[in-house]
Amino acid sequence: MSRLQEPTSPRLNSLWATAGQASGGSAAPAVVPHMATHGLFKSYRKGPLGIPVLQGIDMTVNKGEFLAIVGQSGCGKSTLLHLLGTLDQPDAGEVHFEGNRIDNLPSRSRDLLRNRHFGMIFQFYHLLPELSTLENVLAPAMIAESTFGYWRKRKMYRQRAEELLEMVGLGHRMKHKPRELSGGEMQRAAIARALLAEPRVLLADEPTGNLDQATGEPIMATLRELNREQKLTIVMVTHDSWIAGQADRVVRLVEGRIQAEPPVRT
Amino acid sequence: MYKFLLCWRYLRTRYIALICIVSVMLGVATMIVVNSVMAGFTSEMQARMNGMLGDIIFESVSMDGVSDAPSHMAKIKEIAGDTVVGMSPTVVVPALMYIKINGQISTQQAMMVGIDAETYASVSDFGNYLQHPGNREKLEFTLRDGGYDVLDHQAPTGEEVKPRTQMEHAGWYYRRYKARIEKQRQMITASPAPRLETNQGGTVDPFAQQAAANGEPQGKDFDPAVDTHPGIVLGIGMCGYRTVDGTDRFFALPGDDIDIGFPKASLPPELMSGSYTIVDFYESKMSEYDTSFMFVSLKDLQKDRGMIDPETGIGKFTAIQIKLQPGADADAVRDQLRDHFPGQFYRISTWRDKQGPLLAAVQMETAVLNVLLFMIIAVAGFGILAIFYMIVVEKTRDIGILKSLGASGPGVMGIFLGYGLSLGFVGAGVGLGMGLLFVTYINEIAGWLGQLTGTPVFDPSVYYFYKIPTIVNLFTATWICVGAVVISVLASVLPALRAARLHPVKALRYE
Repeated sequence: MSRLQEPTSPRLNSLWATAGQASGGSAAPAVVPHMATHGLFKSYRKGPLGIPVLQGIDMTVNKGEFLAIVGQSGCGKSTLLHLLGTLDQPDAGEVHFEGNRIDNLPSRSRDLLRNRHFGMIFQFYHLLPELSTLENVLAPAMIAESTFGYWRKRKMYRQRAEELLEMVGLGHRMKHKPRELSGGEMQRAAIARALLAEPRVLLADEPTGNLDQATGEPIMATLRELNREQKLTIVMVTHDSWIAGQADRVVRLVEGRIQAEPPVRT
Repeated sequence: MYKFLLCWRYLRTRYIALICIVSVMLGVATMIVVNSVMAGFTSEMQARMNGMLGDIIFESVSMDGVSDAPSHMAKIKEIAGDTVVGMSPTVVVPALMYIKINGQISTQQAMMVGIDAETYASVSDFGNYLQHPGNREKLEFTLRDGGYDVLDHQAPTGEEVKPRTQMEHAGWYYRRYKARIEKQRQMITASPAPRLETNQGGTVDPFAQQAAANGEPQGKDFDPAVDTHPGIVLGIGMCGYRTVDGTDRFFALPGDDIDIGFPKASLPPELMSGSYTIVDFYESKMSEYDTSFMFVSLKDLQKDRGMIDPETGIGKFTAIQIKLQPGADADAVRDQLRDHFPGQFYRISTWRDKQGPLLAAVQMETAVLNVLLFMIIAVAGFGILAIFYMIVVEKTRDIGILKSLGASGPGVMGIFLGYGLSLGFVGAGVGLGMGLLFVTYINEIAGWLGQLTGTPVFDPSVYYFYKIPTIVNLFTATWICVGAVVISVLASVLPALRAARLHPVKALRYE
């Protein structure tokens, strides 16, 4: 099955037809920003030299906003996203989530954040090869619960996972392993996985970076719909200005610092 | 939950890890087989030793003996009570045996034991080891007419046993035949033989003994065709040998005469000798015993050594063998007796005390073997370490994914510890099965291996057992399996730690 003829659910069909023209929801600024960073610094060590990547980032993400972070390759946008998602810790500065500082929390608390409140999708999908698509989507639940707890709630989780897969149009691929899926299908499965725990923020690292335009477009449509219909806060990193243009607001990362751009739409 | 799922998937999909299982399996199987064989040998040896010696040996310090066995035995019974189920007095002295082999005199050193034929069966399995069924029922130190076993009666049923054809005519038939031959030889050479004194004590020239044994008329017209000397039962190893293919050959049989030199019970010690007629063999299946003891009637030995009090007629003894109830504490009884009988005159030991060095050597052997074989499992552990490390490296990206989904470091570590545990279980389980299978069919395997290589694996001329004895000890087998599992888990700790410590971002970027 070639990538150009990906089957989709009827729900997304209409979105395909109007790809690129969907109106984005305007983000009403909340009193407390959903996420914020203050003076973030991060550098990588390569031998005796430190290569500075982020040199003082101050930014906010508002509740329900679809934010795009643009920049050239290697400028540190993925790093910024990782810091937001507590996958990494800054050398200096703070990261806040719903008004609370999260970058200095104990690792167990950060694990919980990533499991329950942040959903993440990556450029290379990052599905576990030994598990079926359904099991991949269920992975966050399996990590969250103890064996006994999961066993008790397995019907509930299974149902939700199946619903999510249906929503992204993979209802017929649940038993397949990732190696049997196309790139677009894998990314959609990753989105379903990210949504399983009903996260409050979705962090997307170059979600269409590995897909061609025709397959990337439904992904973007799905993201926009999630943001509009469910008011899901999305922070997306991309190097493609056109993709970035589909977000509510764009910030540009140049030489480790933020250059804000005026919002695309109000 | 994700730990179980991933662990299970890894177990099923990574065939390279099966190599780890094979090495653990081999180590466990080998240890089980070796331990079973050692336990079997030890148990057989101990059973035979205990059978021959009885449970407690009550000895006099002096070789001249102590008087009045019955009163001593009564005292022992009084002290130890009903634990004692059998007692028998004996006289034990070191002796030198002269035996004619192919026309030449050869000497062998052995212990000469005078036994009371009536009570000895109650303390020793000695009776079962005799080669004539009549003697097994009731030992009489007289030469039998024939009917000595040609086939080893102690061989397990169904075993292939080589017949001892020479034993077919042992007894009077053989003795008369030899006497006839000798008479004919004398008539042909026609040399008048000198008249010799009978051996009534005092040292006698062994060559004169030889002539006497040839049937020359002695002081009282000793005719070997109708007369015998006092009877003696020899160990089967003293008069024969076993060839490589398992056949026994004898150079002396029941019916032959031998001479024995032994010390009289006097100070200063005097050496005397006597002629005896072999009336039977005993076979304890332990080469050490079958070449070390000769048994005669107690009364005969006491008389020869001058151990009988001329006034009272009561004989002296040098040892009383005591048999206890099964399961009795021999050490406790020994200590009780030691309290009563002063150590300067009496030496009281259990059968284990007597055989201490031998048993200790076997125990040490077993311990060393176990250590060496456990190294095999340790080596298997290193294999697990290496292969797991590679698997963790291979799975670096997946570990990053798990951590990005909220899995903790210890959680990820648990996946690989569980992997090691399951490998250990499977390896130990299969190893246990293989080991038990090997032990059950060990004799068939030994035979097959012998055929394959051309040399027998289990040489019956070296070992007196026909089959390889094995005993599987449940406790030992359990410990071996537990040890294998523990090593597997320990081996997976380092790779699991690496997995736990991976930085999520670096792991996700891993190519």
